[in-house]
Amino acid sequence: MSKRIDVSDLDIYYGDFKAVQGVTMAIEPRSVTALIGPSGCGKSTFLRTLNRMHEVIPGARVEGKAVMDGVDIYGSGVDPVEVRRQIGMVFQRPNPFPTMSIRENVLAGVKLNNRRMPKAAADELVEGSLRHANLWNEVKDRLDKPGSGLSGGQQQRLCIARAIAVSPQVLLMDEPCSALDPISTLAIEDLIHELKEDYTIVIVTHNMQQASRVSDRTGFFNLEATGQPGQLVEMDDTTTMFSAPSKKATEDYISGRFG
Amino acid sequence: MTAVTDRPVPAPDVAPNFTTSPSGRRRKRTNAIMATLVTLAFLIALVPLISLLTEVVIRGGSMLTWQFISTDMTGVFGDSPDGGVRHAILGTLQITGLATLISAPIGLFAAVYLVEYGHGRLAKTLTFFVDVMTGIPSIVAGLFAVALFAILIGPAYRSGVMGAIALSVLMIPVVVRSCEEMLKLVPNELREASYALGVPKYLTIIKVVLRTSLAGIVTSIVLAIARVIGETAPLLLTVGIVTSMNTSMLDGRVATLPVFAYSQYSQDALGVGADRAWGAALVLILIIMILNLVARFISSRFSIAEK
Repeated sequence: MSKRIDVSDLDIYYGDFKAVQGVTMAIEPRSVTALIGPSGCGKSTFLRTLNRMHEVIPGARVEGKAVMDGVDIYGSGVDPVEVRRQIGMVFQRPNPFPTMSIRENVLAGVKLNNRRMPKAAADELVEGSLRHANLWNEVKDRLDKPGSGLSGGQQQRLCIARAIAVSPQVLLMDEPCSALDPISTLAIEDLIHELKEDYTIVIVTHNMQQASRVSDRTGFFNLEATGQPGQLVEMDDTTTMFSAPSKKATEDYISGRFG
Repeated sequence: MTAVTDRPVPAPDVAPNFTTSPSGRRRKRTNAIMATLVTLAFLIALVPLISLLTEVVIRGGSMLTWQFISTDMTGVFGDSPDGGVRHAILGTLQITGLATLISAPIGLFAAVYLVEYGHGRLAKTLTFFVDVMTGIPSIVAGLFAVALFAILIGPAYRSGVMGAIALSVLMIPVVVRSCEEMLKLVPNELREASYALGVPKYLTIIKVVLRTSLAGIVTSIVLAIARVIGETAPLLLTVGIVTSMNTSMLDGRVATLPVFAYSQYSQDALGVGADRAWGAALVLILIIMILNLVARFISSRFSIAEK
């Protein structure tokens, strides 16, 4: 059910400004791919191009190819809305819908799309998604309470439950733990381990220990100077990247000698 | 240990002195003066408000009887204390209601365009004209409606619709402006969360943006109603005044509370006319108050619950 994505020669622009240049990478199915690099190097921007969220910013555009299962998601005739149904996303700051209860938040992908679902099926989807996100036991007695009443870590797991409730092929995570405490972070990392059985996961993180803990492959983004576009410097198996990277820039960054 | 340095360093080891310095005394004095000034300004601002409210309640309160609310002015002549404002209440509700039906959707849709779609020249132009329209004198709105219907139907035509159009000209910019602010308050993260679930833009706007800001939108519209419900000049030009109820919005003059107050006062500024004017003013204020209470109730029903 999970899919691989082959990105080739992707350039990403904000208006006239080229933010990311010439990214070519393969994202393997049922694995976790981590993207690391200094702030402003374009890793989040790149992540957002994978489900066409980049283009909701006025003036933002993309050149190049990102092929999922033989279909270029930037091909003509491709509906970005359909792409986003297949490729879900979890954001840096937990963002449950404040007007909705916990249950409604999980069903948001169904309800916001005006799809009808029998109550029994909806109950099943809510429980399944929350269980899958390791949140069920904490919230099963208060499903009708607002999602904004949960703690930050719980809210983030609620957002993950909401994302997997629409059964996407791929899950993109943009620094999902940066606003969380270490215990919630651990809970999310455990969850990522379980989720990769079923999903292809791409995670952007500033935390290199996190990248080495959760990911199978790691890509290092860097930019040569401020104002220059970011580039994918190197990508390899995570163990190789953290023990014997082939580029000096990667080694410097990973070992803390950058600049 | 000579500190040859250009970076700020803490003072060398001296005993801390936390007693008030000369500059501290000046600060305290300034603080006292400014605190007195702003309190005084606040009290002065309250004077006209309180005096106005007591005046309306005292002078209008004596008129506020069931008879005053439930009769109109048919067959009331001279110094007769009979007669009431039923026709004017109905007219005010009709005309303001129709104006709201016209203005609320147009204003809200324009605000949605400005916040969710407009980024280019058109949006800037629209914002500019909305700002200009907010400042239009109300008499000009009345003249606009008169001129419009003179072209469409004929110069002698008078009806409630004309009044509603005139009020809409005043109301739309207010609705646009305040709804725009409400929609801007919806965090972008919620829109992105919705897009990322594969929800198309139009459903995101309806079910996330508008739903999240619903309480604010209701408040905006009620404030806009309160802004126009007391307008006199445009209604004087367009719907004038009559002595009895006119349930047709398409034909004939309609009485409204502000115009009723004006015409009664101008006919008999010392006698029963003035009393009726004060009574109508009180009824108008009560209507606005009820509207505000209803809006508060609706807002609290739809506002975002915390925990």
